[in-house]
Amino acid sequence: MIVNLRSVAVLATSLLLMGGCKARSEASAEQPAASVESPKAPKELELLNVSYDPTREVWRDFNNTFIPVYEKETGTKLSIKQSHGGSSTQARAVIDGLEADVVTLASYLDTDAISKKGLIKPDWLNRLPNQSLPYTSTIIFVVRKGNPKGVKDWPDLVKSGVEIVTPNPKTSGNGYLAFFSAWGSVTVRGGSRDDAVKFITQLYKHVPVLDSGARGATTTFVQKKIGDVHLAWENEAHLEVLEAKGDLELIYPPISIRAEPHVAVVDANVDRKGTREAAEAYLKYAYTEAAQEIFAKHYYRPSNEAILKKHADSFPELKLFAITEIAKDFSEAHKQYIGEGGVFDTIYKPKK
Amino acid sequence: MKTGEQIGISKHPPDGQEIVSERRAQKDPAWVQWSLTAIALVVVGVLIVVPVVNVFAEALADGVGVYWKNLFADPDTLQSITLTLSVVPIALLANVLFGVSAAWAISRFSFPGRTLLVALIDLPFAVSPVVAGLMLVLIFGLQGYLGEFLRRDGYSIMPYLISTLGAVLAIVGYFLFRPSNAHARRGLWKHPFLVLLVGGSAVFGILFFVQDYWTLWPVHKSLKIIFAFPGLVLATAFVTFPFVARELIPVMNAIGPEEELAAVSLGANGWQMFWHVTLPNVKWGLAYGVILCNARAIGEFGAVYVVSGHIAGKTDTMPLRIEKLFQEYNLPGAFALASVLTLVAVLTLFAKSKLERKAPSVVSVPEANHTGGQV
Repeated sequence: MIVNLRSVAVLATSLLLMGGCKARSEASAEQPAASVESPKAPKELELLNVSYDPTREVWRDFNNTFIPVYEKETGTKLSIKQSHGGSSTQARAVIDGLEADVVTLASYLDTDAISKKGLIKPDWLNRLPNQSLPYTSTIIFVVRKGNPKGVKDWPDLVKSGVEIVTPNPKTSGNGYLAFFSAWGSVTVRGGSRDDAVKFITQLYKHVPVLDSGARGATTTFVQKKIGDVHLAWENEAHLEVLEAKGDLELIYPPISIRAEPHVAVVDANVDRKGTREAAEAYLKYAYTEAAQEIFAKHYYRPSNEAILKKHADSFPELKLFAITEIAKDFSEAHKQYIGEGGVFDTIYKPKK
Repeated sequence: MKTGEQIGISKHPPDGQEIVSERRAQKDPAWVQWSLTAIALVVVGVLIVVPVVNVFAEALADGVGVYWKNLFADPDTLQSITLTLSVVPIALLANVLFGVSAAWAISRFSFPGRTLLVALIDLPFAVSPVVAGLMLVLIFGLQGYLGEFLRRDGYSIMPYLISTLGAVLAIVGYFLFRPSNAHARRGLWKHPFLVLLVGGSAVFGILFFVQDYWTLWPVHKSLKIIFAFPGLVLATAFVTFPFVARELIPVMNAIGPEEELAAVSLGANGWQMFWHVTLPNVKWGLAYGVILCNARAIGEFGAVYVVSGHIAGKTDTMPLRIEKLFQEYNLPGAFALASVLTLVAVLTLFAKSKLERKAPSVVSVPEANHTGGQV
C-alpha cells in the first residue's frame, strides 16, 4: 500500500517538474522576440543621470527643459531621475551596478574609472563636441565682507593669520582641484617644483579642518564661520555669496585651474535598457543654445564662446590652465599629487 | 537615595538604631543632592530636550501651512515616506520570524554551534552599518560575486528560491502541526519521511510550475538588488537583525521550558504549544523587541546610504532624503521631514514606557537575567 502510494507520488512529482521545465523553455523561447520588439516604439522611458553634488539645481532645470522638447520630437515621454553624491562615490556606484544612462561627474578620473571597467567604450571622450565638455568650471576664492585679510592672489593665502577652508583632496573633487590650482599657480607662472612643494606645505598649514566634501566645506565656512578664505567651485561660490546677502565676497585670482566635468553615455547600461537613443539626445541637447543658457544661469562656464561672452559679468576673465600643464593627464596628476604616497601625503600632517 | 532608605527599612524593620545609622551613611547633604540633580537636568536639557524641541520649532518656523507643503507637496519627499513605510515592515517581518525561531532554538535546545549562533546574532551590533552596506555591495554589486549572474538573468533564480522556501515552510508546518503523542498520529502523520520527500517535492514542483506557467518573473531581465528596493530591505534587516532575538532570548530563558513541556505532555502539537503557551508568555518581550527594531529600522542611515544609489524619488528613504534636503539648503524641508522621524522616536519612547508599566516583570527580566546565566 505504502509502496504504491509512494511510487504514485514520485511519478506525479516528476510529471509536475517536467511540466514546469517545459513551460519554462516555452516561455524563454517566446520572450526574446518580445524584448527585441519592446525598445522599438517605447512611449515612456526612464533615464537616470548620475551626477556629483552641486549640480542638483542645474540638471533639474535642464531636465525640465529637455523633457518637453524630446517628447515633441520623438513622441517619447521621458522621466529623468537624478542621483547626486560625491563624484568618486557616484562613479563607484555605477561600477557596482547603479544603472546610470548618462554620467555627468566632476572629473575625467571618475568617468575614466567607469570606462576602465568596460561600461563606457574607450573612445568616449571624443564622441561629443568639445571633448565631451558642455561646460567647464574653476576654483575661485570666497572671502568675508570687505576682504579684511586682503587676499587677492594665491601667495596671499599663506600670509600669517589667514585661515583657509578647503575639503580633503583625497575625498573631494573640490579638494584636489584646489590643490592642483594652488600647485599650478606656482609652476605655471614659472616657479620650480620645490617652490610649489614649499607653497603647498605652507598652504595646508593654514587649513584648520579638512571637510570630506564640497558642501561640508561650505557649511564650515558659511554657517560655522570658520576661516577667512574658502577655495570653492566657481558656481558654488556664486551661490554662496548670493545666499549670504552681502556678508561674503568673490575674489577671482589671476590664475586657476580649468575644471573639466565631462559627460558620457554609459554604453553597457543604455544598450541593455534600450535607452541609447534618448540618452544620446539628452547629452547632445546640452550643447544647444537653450541648454548653454541654463548652465550660464547656474554659473557654470558654457562651452559655447558666444554665450560665455554674453554672461561676461558672471564670468570674469582669468587665466585657466589645463591639467596637462602640471601633469600628463588627470589620472597621472592624481597619482602623483594626491594618491597613496603622493605629494599630499608627504606634506600634510593632520592637526592635533 | 529614596530606594536606599526603603531597602534599609525593609532589611531591618525592628532595629531602630540600625535604621538611623544606615540613613545617615546613605544620606548626602542637600546641596549635593540638589546640585547633582541640577547637573543631570541641565545635561539632559541641553543635549536632548533642546535639540528635539528645536527640530519642531525649525520645522514649524514658517507656519503649519508651509510645514504641510514641505512634507506632502514635494513628490520626492512624499515618495521617501512611502518608501520607508514599505521597506520597514518587510524588514521587521523578516526579523520577527528569524528572531522568534532563533530565540526558541537558543533557549530550548543545546546543539553544536549554539554559542557561535548567539555571538553571530550580535554581529550586526558590532559591525558598522556602512560596512554592512559595503558587504552587500561586495556580494550583489556588478563587480561582486553574484553581480554578473544577477545582471544576466537574475530572475531565473526566483522560481528556485520561492519553491525551496515554500517546500521548507510546508515541511516545518508539517512538523509543527503533527500530534506530539505518537499514538495519536493517524494516516499521513505516521509517515514523516514519506511526507518530507513526496510532500516537499510536490510543493516545490507545484510552486515552480505556477511561477513558470504564468511567467511571474520577467525572463532575460536583471534582478536588481542593490541600488533598488530589495537592497534597502536587506540592509535594513541586517542592521536591525539582533533586536527581536536579543529581547526574546533572556525572556524565554527566564520563563523556562516547564509550561511548554506540560503542554506537550498533555498532547499539544508544536503549533498549539507555541500559540497558546510560548507566545502569551513572551508577548511583551516580543512587542518590546519589535518596537526597538522598528525605531532603528526607520532611522537607519549608514547601511542604506551605501546601497541606495541616491536616486531621488526612487531609492531615497526618509533619513537619506533629510540629508539631501539639508545639502540643498532646503532647511525647512529637512526639518519638516526630521520632525516626522522625531515624532516616531517620541511615540516609540511612549510605547516603550507603556509596555514597561504593563509588563514590568517580563520586560525588566532581560537585564536581571542577562548576567544570571542560562536555564
